[in-house]
This record gives sequence, structure tokens and C-alpha cells, in this order.
Amino acid sequence: MSAVAANYQKLQDLGVEVISVSVDSQFVHKIWDEHELSKMIGGEVPFPMVADQNGALGRAYGCWEENQGVELRGRFIIDPDGVIQAMEMLTPPVGRKLGETIRQIQAYQHVRATQGKEACPAGWEPGKTTLKPGPDLVGNVWKVWNPSME
Amino acid sequence: MANQDSASCDRPTGSVESGPPPATTEPTAKEEVSVMAARVGQKAPGFTAPAYHKGGFTNVSLSDYAGKWVMLCFYPGDFTFV
Repeated sequence: MSAVAANYQKLQDLGVEVISVSVDSQFVHKIWDEHELSKMIGGEVPFPMVADQNGALGRAYGCWEENQGVELRGRFIIDPDGVIQAMEMLTPPVGRKLGETIRQIQAYQHVRATQGKEACPAGWEPGKTTLKPGPDLVGNVWKVWNPSME
Repeated sequence: MANQDSASCDRPTGSVESGPPPATTEPTAKEEVSVMAARVGQKAPGFTAPAYHKGGFTNVSLSDYAGKWVMLCFYPGDFTFV
């Protein structure tokens, strides 16, 4: 979570709010922020750290790890309509890559801005070629996109 | 966005908003379908839960974020190593 906190401004610039969730109480979150996270990121954690002590949120989002009583590393991109557009689930020992989350957010924001008229092919980043689905594109994607453009 | 909440000795926990009423038609699959399971392309399960935010204790509701992009991150626990 420190990587997210340290890059919070990048997310805010994209209009993204962050909420973190673990099974720790809000009191433990406070001490973790004060004693460790704030020293990693040079200031307090800027987003709310939610306490899910009974795992209710984790169960609802499919992140609850029953045997250990912890949450898996579930990450959800929720759009302004409250719809989950993307999710990622990792077991505890491997951390996330924030850059990939930001790329996905930018892609979903682009699709939304075009009201679904454009789609983002593999590896799309802002400035790269999008696809415009329609009858003319069927069978002709190869003319406008290929894997070397990923 | 969040209600200020004073620290107290009770242990309020997060709660998830109840899902839609069960369908009246018989499910076609034998497996029990969880109405609350989060899925891409579907509405995110609503919740209200206690939180720590910038020095204070608050309650966070997902509904407070309507109209905004949200990155919701679960992680195993505070003071872990990754």
C-alpha cells in the first residue's frame, strides 16, 4: 500500500479515489501509518484505510482467505456508475504493479470518454492506436493493429 | 465524504449492503449463487465500514464515492512485508 500512497497524486490527477482494506482495526491502521508507512512515503497515508475485522467486505469481494483469516490482494477499478470494470487478485507473497493499474484506468477512462465507440487493444497506453469496432473492422484488425504495437 | 467518528471501546465492523432479493425463478445450476460476489461488469457491492483517515476515525461508505473513479485495494494485513 505504500507504493499507492507514494504515487497518490498520480491517481488524484486521473480523478481516482483510493480506499484500502485489511482485517486490521482502524486503530492498528493508525499506528502502522504513524510508525512505518509515513516514514516510507514522507507523510501520512492520504486515503482512508478501512477496517474489515470480520471479513464481511472481503467475502463480498471474493478476497477473503478463510484459512488464514486475511484478505488476498484484490484490486478493483470501479467506474463513476459504481460498476467494477477491472479486478486483479494476488496471493499474499507478491505485490502489485501500480503502473499497470494506472494503465487500465486510463484505458477505461478513454473508452468511457468515447462512449464505447473506441476500444483499447493489448498493451494500450495513452497516445497509442485505439480500435473502432464496427462492421468495417471485422476481419480487418490486422490492417490497423498488430502485436508489435503492444 | 466520511463521518467523523470518535474512538470508543466497542468494535464496530464493516457491513455490506444486502443484495437484491432472491430471484423467483429456480436457479438452473445446482451451485448456490452468491448474490454478493463481485464481478467485472457488475455493480460493486456496497459497504459501510470504519476507517482511519489522516489522523481521525471515520466511517467510509462506497456510496459516498458515486460519480467518481475508485481504486479499491485489499491487502493481507498491516505490518506485513510486501
